[in-house]
Parts: sequence; C-alpha cells; structure tokens
Amino acid sequence: MAKVLDNPRPTAKERAAKIGGQVTGSQIWNSIFRPGSIFRKGYTDSPRNRSYVIMNSVLYHLHPVKVKRHAVKVSYTLCLGGLSFFIFILLTVTGIFLMFFYRPTGANAWQDIQTLQTSVTFGLLVRNMHRWGAHLMVLSVFLHMARVFYHGAYKAPREFNWVIGCVLLLLTLLLSFTGYLLPWDQLALWAVTVGTNMMGYTPVFGSQVRFVLLGGVEIGSETLLRWYVLHVIMLPFVIIIFMAIHFWRVRKDGGISGPL
Amino acid sequence: MTEIPEHLLKRAQAAREKAAGESASADAGPSDSRIPDHLLERSKAARGGDAGGAVAVADKASAVVASTPSAGVPVGAGPGGHTQRLLTVVKSGSIQESKAAPVDKVHTWPHLLAVEFVASLALTAFIFVFSWVVNAPLMHAADFNKTPNPSKAPWYFLGLQELLTMFHPMIAGVTLPGVGVLALMMAPYVDRNPSNKPEDRKFMTSMMTMFLMFWAVLVIIGSFFRGPGFNFTFPWRDGIFFEL
Repeated sequence: MAKVLDNPRPTAKERAAKIGGQVTGSQIWNSIFRPGSIFRKGYTDSPRNRSYVIMNSVLYHLHPVKVKRHAVKVSYTLCLGGLSFFIFILLTVTGIFLMFFYRPTGANAWQDIQTLQTSVTFGLLVRNMHRWGAHLMVLSVFLHMARVFYHGAYKAPREFNWVIGCVLLLLTLLLSFTGYLLPWDQLALWAVTVGTNMMGYTPVFGSQVRFVLLGGVEIGSETLLRWYVLHVIMLPFVIIIFMAIHFWRVRKDGGISGPL
Repeated sequence: MTEIPEHLLKRAQAAREKAAGESASADAGPSDSRIPDHLLERSKAARGGDAGGAVAVADKASAVVASTPSAGVPVGAGPGGHTQRLLTVVKSGSIQESKAAPVDKVHTWPHLLAVEFVASLALTAFIFVFSWVVNAPLMHAADFNKTPNPSKAPWYFLGLQELLTMFHPMIAGVTLPGVGVLALMMAPYVDRNPSNKPEDRKFMTSMMTMFLMFWAVLVIIGSFFRGPGFNFTFPWRDGIFFEL
C-alpha cells in the first residue's frame, strides 16, 4: 500500500507531457526546427523571439526583421504589391486544380470546361475564383504601379526596380491574355482574334510575329496548345524570376520608400 | 538605416547637456579653446627651443624630472605635480560624428505580418464570396463561322481597340502602346527631381494623371460605349455589350 502511494500511476496529463517532451527533445524534431524556432522552446513575446519568427521561416524572411514604422501603415501602400503577389499564389493554386480537368485541344477544351462546371465538385467555384482573381490581379498590379508613381518611389535608388515592375505589369497582362483563350468559347476566340490581329501590324516582321504566336496563319488547335503552354508554364516561370528580382531589390534598395 | 537604441541616445543627450553647461561656465575665461592655458604655454615653450622639437622636449623632460622633488609629489611629476603630459587634443566632433540618422523601426512580426494576414484573408473572402455569387462567362463553343457582333478584346486591351478606330493599325496597335510602355519605363531616368514630396512634383503628378486618365477613358469608352460594329452607343439606351 505504501509502495503505491510512493509511486502513484502517472495521470494522462503527465503522460502526455512526458511524450511531448520526448518528441520535442528528439533528434528528428530538432533537425526539422532550427535553433531559436518557436517550436523548440515556445513563444514568449520578446524582441529576440519577434526576430526569430521572421528569421526561422522561409516564407516570412522575404521580410527584414524590422521595418520602418511608416511602412506598416495600410494608408501608405494599401497592401497593393503584397496583395498582387497573394493573388498570384491564389491563381497558381486554383490554376493547378483546373489543369486536372482540362485538355488544350480544339475538340476537348470547351467540353472540358463545361464538364468541370457541371460535374466536378467545386469546379465552377474554382473556375470563377481563377477568372475573377485574374481580373483582380491586373487591376491590383495596375493600382500598385499608380501608387508607387504618386509616392515618387521610383526615384533613385529604385529606378531599376521600377523597370522590373513595368516588365511584371506586361507579364501580368500577357498571362491574363493567354488565359483568356483557354475556355475556347466564342468570347475567347474572337477576343484573341482581335488582339492578335493587332500584333500582325508590328513593323517589319508583323506576319512572322503573328505566325509564331498563333502557331499557324489562323487561330486553331495549335494556337490553343501554344497559349496553354505559355499560360501554365512559360509565363509563370518568367514572372517568378522577375518577381524574385523585384522583391530582392525592394530590400536591397533600402526597403519601402518614404515617408513623404 | 542604423538604429540607435533609446538608452544610448538618452545618455548622449545627457552628456551633451553636461558639456554645454561646463563650456558655458568656462566661456567666462579669455580663450574659448578647451586646452588649459598652462598646457598651451608649456607646449609653446617646448616648441620654442631652436635645437628642434624632439631634443627640446627631451631636454625639458629631463629638466622637469631633475627639478621637482617637492613634498608629497611622486618622482617624475611635472610642474604643478602633473604625472601626465598632454600630447595632443582631439576635438570630440571629429571622431564621434554619427552619420546615420536614427530610423524609427518596428518589428515585422507582429506589426507587418498581422496587417498582411488580415489583408490576404479579406481578399480571399472577397474573391470567394464574389465567385460564389457571380459566374464566369462561358459562351457557346468557339465557332469560326459565327463572328459575334461586336467582337471585343479583353477589357485591358479595349483602349487599344478604341485607338484602332482612330488611327492606322500600326500606329494604334504597335507604335502608341510601345511608346507608352517605353515612356513608363523611362520615367525614373527622365524625372531628375529628387524630391518625393507631392508639393514638389506637381508636373510629374499631373503628367501621370493625364496618362492614366487617357487610357482609363479609352477603356471605358471601348467597354461600355461601343456596340454592334464597334459603333458608338449609350449603355443606358442600347444596353451593355461587354463581357469580362
């Protein structure tokens, strides 16, 4: 009897705490979370831990540990640049979902969209999000450009980042435009016809430019495949490279501009 | 960029005030140099010897050592009992000048990340609800034999399509947008004004506003005021010929 009192059976809570300690003390756990990670020793609010939150996250360390006080005011940036990037991520996620149900051929494309909308769980919703998100991204990138201009944020030492930003705006338009053809409905076909006819008037090699873009002299299945590849792989690849340079230069050029 | 901690700033401020108080009391004297008079005299005397500085100083030093065994003063002390000699005086400004002005900074977490999190959440909610309520257009399957009337480009190119009604396609479709994009990219190299204050940049601000308004008006006309045959219409009279 006395022995039982000396060594009472551990309660469930104690056992859970012991197992938790074994897990967080294990080599596996410590190899996953870097020294200073809040998952190693918990989070208490201190300047050091606030820094660790940023430094120990691959995503957050796009940011510096500290930013100028005026830069966190929503009224200065309106979050437009960050939201453009966020919409890009949203479009990537919804776009990958759509790719599972879509074949870029003249015979299948429209029917696949139709099936996606009527027979796939959440298919219509995800397609809507992709469509409206795309228009919203064009809008937010455009507004971001206007915001940067009106704050004079393109001035030295940020001139080159402004140029990169202009390239990003063009790439955004191209991404939106190439995606416009993919549903292969009347709206897509004729909007792209109007758009590509304009490119045919490029001086000197207009017809060649048009031929390369259309994969032929007229819009057809080849155009669809070509623009599909541009839309889902090539342009995202290029825009990610330019975005990386853009974000990197924001920090190298001294963080966000201002205050006015 | 450098951030100077607050307690150091306070300490520096206190030291500056103390120094200001002392110099105010010392200013009553004839010279405003901070070097005590007797030291200046001594260095003048040392320099005065014709035999050259180093020798003169050495002589002086040995003379000093020889001549000062007064009571209570350690051997080797100078006149007045000083055990040290002033070699040079470096004014504080020349070595302590801090070039970087302190910048008011806050931690990214939680100040910025919280804002970003709320913004992205709000945007996701908006897109989600909007997509729930409004369906993306899907018209009849593409048909090369049926040209819809009007045929319109995506909305962001409708400004260009609008220009097509006024100019030759090469000007409207290639030259004008090309010049526009180039002008936009060249803006930081053309604008030599270093200020970013709105009151100093009225010219560039108005130029940009005109540029943006020019395209915005063209896009709005192309979107809502163009009907069958891309002829001018009023949306309230003939309806809207526009799909997103």
